[in-house]
Amino acid sequence: MNHLLPWLLLFLPLAVTAANQLVLKRTGLAPIVSVASALATFVLAVMLIGTEGTAAFAWATIGDFHLDIGIKLDALSTGMMLVVTGVGLAVHVFSLAYMKDDEGKARYFTGLSMFMFSMTGIVLADNFIMTFIFWELVGFSSYLLIGHWYQKESAADAAKKAFITNRIGDFGFMIGILMLWGITGHLTFDQMQPGLQAFRAANPSIWVGVVSATVLCIFCGAVGKSAQVPLHVWLPDAMEGPTPVSALIHAATMVAAGVYMLFRVQTTLGTEVFEQLPASDVIAWTGGITALLAALMATQQDDIKRVLAYSTLSQLGYMVMAVGFVAGDAGMFHLFTHAWFKALLFLGSGAVIYACHHEQDIWKMGGLVKKMPLTTLTFAAGCAALIAVPGTSGFFSKELILDAAHKAGSPLFWVGALVAALTPFYMTRLFVVAFLGKHRSENAEHAHEVGPLMLVPLGLLALLALLSGYSFLNRFSPALPEDHSDAIHLNIVSGISLVALIIGVLAGWLLYAGKEKDPVCIPLLRDRFKFDWFYDTILIHYFQNFLAAVIHFFDEFLINGLLVGGLTRCAEGVGNVFRRVQSGNLQAYAFAFGFGVILIIYLTVFI
Amino acid sequence: MLALIVFLPLAAFLAILLGSPARLTAIGAAALNLGLALYAAATWHCPCWGVFSVPVLAKPAINLAFGFPDGMSAVMVLLTAIVTLAAVLSGKAPEGRETLYYGSSLLLSCGALGAFAATDMFFFYAFHELALIPTFLMIGILGRGERRAAAWKITIYLGLGSIVLLAGLVWLAGLTGTFDMSKMADAGRIDPVAQKGIAGLLIVGFGTLVSLFPFHSWAAPAYASAPAPIAMLHAGVLKKFGLYGLLRLAIPLVPDGLEAWLNPLLLLLLGNILWVGYVTVSQKRLDLMLGNSSVMHMGYIFLAVAALIAFPENPLARSAAIVLMFAHGISIALLFGLADRIERSTGSIDLADLGGLGKSAPALAFMFGIAAMASIGLPGLANFAGEVLVFLAAFKSYDGTSGLGPVQITCILSIWGVVISAVYMLRAYRNIFQGPAGTLTCSAPDITITDRIPALLLIVVLLAVGLYPNILLNLLK
Repeated sequence: MNHLLPWLLLFLPLAVTAANQLVLKRTGLAPIVSVASALATFVLAVMLIGTEGTAAFAWATIGDFHLDIGIKLDALSTGMMLVVTGVGLAVHVFSLAYMKDDEGKARYFTGLSMFMFSMTGIVLADNFIMTFIFWELVGFSSYLLIGHWYQKESAADAAKKAFITNRIGDFGFMIGILMLWGITGHLTFDQMQPGLQAFRAANPSIWVGVVSATVLCIFCGAVGKSAQVPLHVWLPDAMEGPTPVSALIHAATMVAAGVYMLFRVQTTLGTEVFEQLPASDVIAWTGGITALLAALMATQQDDIKRVLAYSTLSQLGYMVMAVGFVAGDAGMFHLFTHAWFKALLFLGSGAVIYACHHEQDIWKMGGLVKKMPLTTLTFAAGCAALIAVPGTSGFFSKELILDAAHKAGSPLFWVGALVAALTPFYMTRLFVVAFLGKHRSENAEHAHEVGPLMLVPLGLLALLALLSGYSFLNRFSPALPEDHSDAIHLNIVSGISLVALIIGVLAGWLLYAGKEKDPVCIPLLRDRFKFDWFYDTILIHYFQNFLAAVIHFFDEFLINGLLVGGLTRCAEGVGNVFRRVQSGNLQAYAFAFGFGVILIIYLTVFI
Repeated sequence: MLALIVFLPLAAFLAILLGSPARLTAIGAAALNLGLALYAAATWHCPCWGVFSVPVLAKPAINLAFGFPDGMSAVMVLLTAIVTLAAVLSGKAPEGRETLYYGSSLLLSCGALGAFAATDMFFFYAFHELALIPTFLMIGILGRGERRAAAWKITIYLGLGSIVLLAGLVWLAGLTGTFDMSKMADAGRIDPVAQKGIAGLLIVGFGTLVSLFPFHSWAAPAYASAPAPIAMLHAGVLKKFGLYGLLRLAIPLVPDGLEAWLNPLLLLLLGNILWVGYVTVSQKRLDLMLGNSSVMHMGYIFLAVAALIAFPENPLARSAAIVLMFAHGISIALLFGLADRIERSTGSIDLADLGGLGKSAPALAFMFGIAAMASIGLPGLANFAGEVLVFLAAFKSYDGTSGLGPVQITCILSIWGVVISAVYMLRAYRNIFQGPAGTLTCSAPDITITDRIPALLLIVVLLAVGLYPNILLNLLK
């Protein structure tokens, strides 16, 4: 492996972040430099395709023990790098147009570069502490970018919510890392498997339980980052950030990092181990439940970005489910195709929002196909891939996941099939309401096609959305099942998903074509199954704040007031006596105190 | 040589008393001292630093002697010098009180340096007491709000803590027959019963000075009331004296005694992290919040100490404790310094009054953001390196076979504190800098160029150690 390139890939965005923050933000060059850096990292990622190897330097050394910053290149990391830098480049270019009138433009691009650095670190990491370091840093970049319009209350709240929710997941993640370190004796991925095998041999009766608990702790991290139920609540709120950010971070890359990390753990510890762990079932069910609940919630959202956000949750649920079935390669393939088509959909929605003067309610759009035909075309390509029209990329990858569920004989297969019907339903609703029919607001009436800086990324992503399932492109996927082919087979799985697709599209069309307002209103789905209400009201307001107030009360009146205050008053009484004798000011007391103490030592020593 | 570093602030203090311009003298002395301390930290192995020794008393032998027994002292001296410079640069004395204001900062610095550099237990203790006097005075005379109550509280509290500590130290000196800290271990193993007694006194005594739960309630009101440089120096530097003392004296001399107190100590440090953590969440004023958060974070350093007690052959724990002491000292000094700027800029420190300050004061928002992120353990800033090493140290003996021990369970519970700190810090940042601007903040001035210098100094240190912790760890070799 060439030793310079991967380090350049990792540290170039950091250097750009620093340069932007320190110097360039005043000059107006920050956006251009960030875009150039995104282009350079994309080129580097292409050059690294197919290379393998590791390199590391000691970051914290204590005796024999050292924590490393290290790079691991293999098919998984180089493939993932291509996704990150590819979507990253498209989003950077798109942002040039989208953010051109924003006064915080330099800050925005600095945040993007910071994100690219953090994400690269997760992908290239060769050990768990480094993963955790960059894991936290992507969370921080995401916090910065969600809160880009920080003067807006909702954006500031969303940023905070995202950070804290992720931290809750990382609580478990850190514990899991520590336990895995204890079990295997190593933090570096390459060295873990022998350690685990030795542990297994030494503890034949308890190893399943201990390793399962450890894996579940690590899984907590993925639940936070990849927004799985019950920590999914931050992702829809994260849509407060600029739309290109949603495309890059909250659709294609960062939220997929949980899946990437789980797959990395799976290959590191051995898939054969995971097949024996009950933890795998928990992972599969978490993914399946997330896929279903999110798809249901997506059917009742009116904000174009929120529909896509719930759709992202749902697709991430698919990927996590695949990892749970120990078919992580299928999950990674879906991650690969999803990255392109979901980035496309988000950027497409960004183009629509931009054209409609920041209108996000699909019921105030309508008729956009006439105003912005090219955008509509690319959006349609993204929809086709997401709803898994046979022949598009999403079809191939989703088939693999459903196939894995079917092979496992799990009831989750039917959950997956139901989601496969709900997805075309809500996307048809979105497309019909926003793009077809008549315009329903002035903003939509005055919309016009966006410029080439937006259209070119959309066009390229549309091609990838349609074609990335075929073998000439899918060989760049981070991982592929070995027996995979891109032919369309007709079997029970593809038959069922085809039926699901047709039912979903038909239902969406019949229900929503030509409607002026939503004919369906299911309060439970609009209230997002009351998750947010439960967290905000019960957990934060009643539980956390109440608990804090109670503890504060006891701290103030019990420890401080009675226990310590009693002592203090005694001493103050003595002090008052002193005050009468002495001059009564604090200086005198303090000096007396100092000398007194020295005197006491002196006397104690002598007596 | 080392005596030069210790007494330079004292000399500057005397010069100010004699009429030298207070602010300039203080800054000059602090800057010079930082240069010397950097040099000392890089070359502490050289025996030349320890040659200074003046006999004070023949029997028992007490010497005014300084030296670097190991890298820990060098790091603590460096920390003191950095925070001292930042503190005197940040300070803004009230009209006519310059001598007291800058003089007490210098005196505090001299006391802290002496305590960390002394090799004789008498002076180890006496220098710390010396540093407390200006702390009490500044809070009582130039403090804000309920300054007299706060001053009395901290004085009595730390006074009682010091007396308990003194009892333990005297007992220790009696049994080992010497005040020379480097020779105490030569006296042989101390009787286990005495060890237990001494360890208990040292934990309570040192613990009170570090605001160990439940002896913590002096800290928040004192820091809230103290003038900025004193809050920076005490919370950042002087408070670490207790932890330094535990590592320097208690761990090597009374290991068995400490082990007997391990479980109570684990409970108390959880009190710091979880109990005081939730107390911090319910604070409504930034200064009180920061004061409580600094109490909370002491729990993590105690966790490192506990890990060292439980597994004495654990080099991770010792280094982790030192890195975290250093990191916390820098970050809390930065936070207190910037909180003072926020108050000067807007006239308020009440979280409910502020909001949207990021618009009118972007540089202040940026700097406070870094400080807040450091404090909640964001990687890339020094505190993370310390915290992750502490967690690793606590899990050093875990091998999966025998289940989780008390230290590991405490560690797991204390990791929840990472969530708690994010809750209160981000809430504070959200309330002060984000959201729409209010009447106090819409035209508030940004931090001035001169005021940025101390903040940048501390930020650079946080970043340097955070990006590459070996910078600091190499000093400990």
